[in-house]
Amino acid sequence: MSTKLKDGILGFLVYFSSFLTISSLVAILGYIVWNGFGALSFNFFMELLPSIATTLLVIIVSILFAVPIGICAAIYLHEYAKNKRVVEVVNFAIDSLAGIPSILYGLFGLVFFVITMKLNWSILSGSLTLAIMILPVIIRVTQESLKMVPDSFREGSLALGASKVTTLFKIIIPAAIRGIITAVILSIGRIVGETAAVFLTVGTVDKVPEGVMSSGRTLSVHLYLLVKEAIGPDAFQEAFGTATLLIIIILIIVLLTQLLFRGRNN
Amino acid sequence: MEGITKIKTEHLELFYGEVQALKDINLDIKEKEVTALIGPSGCGKSTFIKTINRMNDLIVGCRINGKVIFDDKDIYGEGMDIITLRKKIGMVFQKPNPFKMSIYDNIAYGPRIHGIKKKSELDEIVESSLRKAFIWNEVKDRLKTNALALSGGQQQRLCIARALAVDPEVVLMDEPTSALDPISTLKIEDLISELKKNYTIIIVTHNMQQGARISDKTAFFLNGEVIEYDLTDTIFMNPKNPKTEEYITGRFG
Repeated sequence: MSTKLKDGILGFLVYFSSFLTISSLVAILGYIVWNGFGALSFNFFMELLPSIATTLLVIIVSILFAVPIGICAAIYLHEYAKNKRVVEVVNFAIDSLAGIPSILYGLFGLVFFVITMKLNWSILSGSLTLAIMILPVIIRVTQESLKMVPDSFREGSLALGASKVTTLFKIIIPAAIRGIITAVILSIGRIVGETAAVFLTVGTVDKVPEGVMSSGRTLSVHLYLLVKEAIGPDAFQEAFGTATLLIIIILIIVLLTQLLFRGRNN
Repeated sequence: MEGITKIKTEHLELFYGEVQALKDINLDIKEKEVTALIGPSGCGKSTFIKTINRMNDLIVGCRINGKVIFDDKDIYGEGMDIITLRKKIGMVFQKPNPFKMSIYDNIAYGPRIHGIKKKSELDEIVESSLRKAFIWNEVKDRLKTNALALSGGQQQRLCIARALAVDPEVVLMDEPTSALDPISTLKIEDLISELKKNYTIIIVTHNMQQGARISDKTAFFLNGEVIEYDLTDTIFMNPKNPKTEEYITGRFG
């Protein structure tokens, strides 16, 4: 086969794959929004208010637990831990944690937080469960972004007489902040999309939550129940409407997070 | 040798795990002189320079015996504050390593971490440090731009300015021109000759002509040992050890 032909085939494959990836994304999003957009109205929004509030609360509480712990763990593993063997073992444990199906987290959350700790079906139970679930993402992505910070930055700072902590806060974290934000966005995505674990720990109560001890129904769980029960002719229309809203919320969160930190990065 | 001793090592040995990288180093480095460390790659000269500001502490499995005496105090002795030590002994690295921040903030970083907060005071330090490093005129109109936008040679002079900003007594330079073009190299050599009026300078160099041009004393390292240490002129014109002669005449290295 001539080189030119090989190049041609490879080029075609590369373009075709990218095209396939992007077009399937556009197709799915387009299909959902196309079918769901008609359902969106002020009334519809008010009807879904309990789910929207629950979803937002679950995101906030999970992030509040998981992000500080995850970032600290990643910093310890990458910047402080001296024993390579220990780091390897911990990283292996983290990767295994990431591979566990979410329903198992749900089961654990149900038995441990809901029943044993007597937190009942509540936003708190669910958020704690989700916090454990997203920890691997936060730790791994943060670790990767710390790896991207050149050692010459660390050396430069230490050689000026900066302490390790000063170097961490003034040099390393600012240099890694983009990756850390990516970690947060990815975990928000997982929280919003999670259904099984939330179903088992937060519950399905369709009311605006009064606090973190209230039970509630997130948008994903609501969507699941709508489709599963599919009562009435409008059930699918409503499901698509909910899905559209879910997409809009994710978009807003991602844009807000990026806006919030862009100023600092440049 | 005349002059005031600034740094003195006594039977200094360094191990990376089982490997011995420095063997019985006894050097007497004088104040306000330029001391060049020459020798082939892997001979221990960079390792040696990093023992002086204890940068080797960062390396896992690194062990040190013997003494490094700085102003009559053993820097590996008890009660040595590593932060004060590194403030007094600055370092410039092989590859320019400005932080990802503005030119101003790069220079002000050191003074700030050592507690200087007043804007006017910082302004003054930034200007004087940049002047000392011969780069003020090139950057004075764009102190707020990112330091990474500068050329390699400018970045290295910025790093020298950054080291000077914390008011050190000694400046260690680990092959500071090896990543630079000839013109930037010359600028830095001129700078070093100027700096030695006020600072003690220890420079690792791969380039023997550079060592000969800028230093007062030269130490020749080979396989972790100091083979010969003398006035630079003596080392280059009239070396006592045949190995030194072989190296400087280019027979190996």
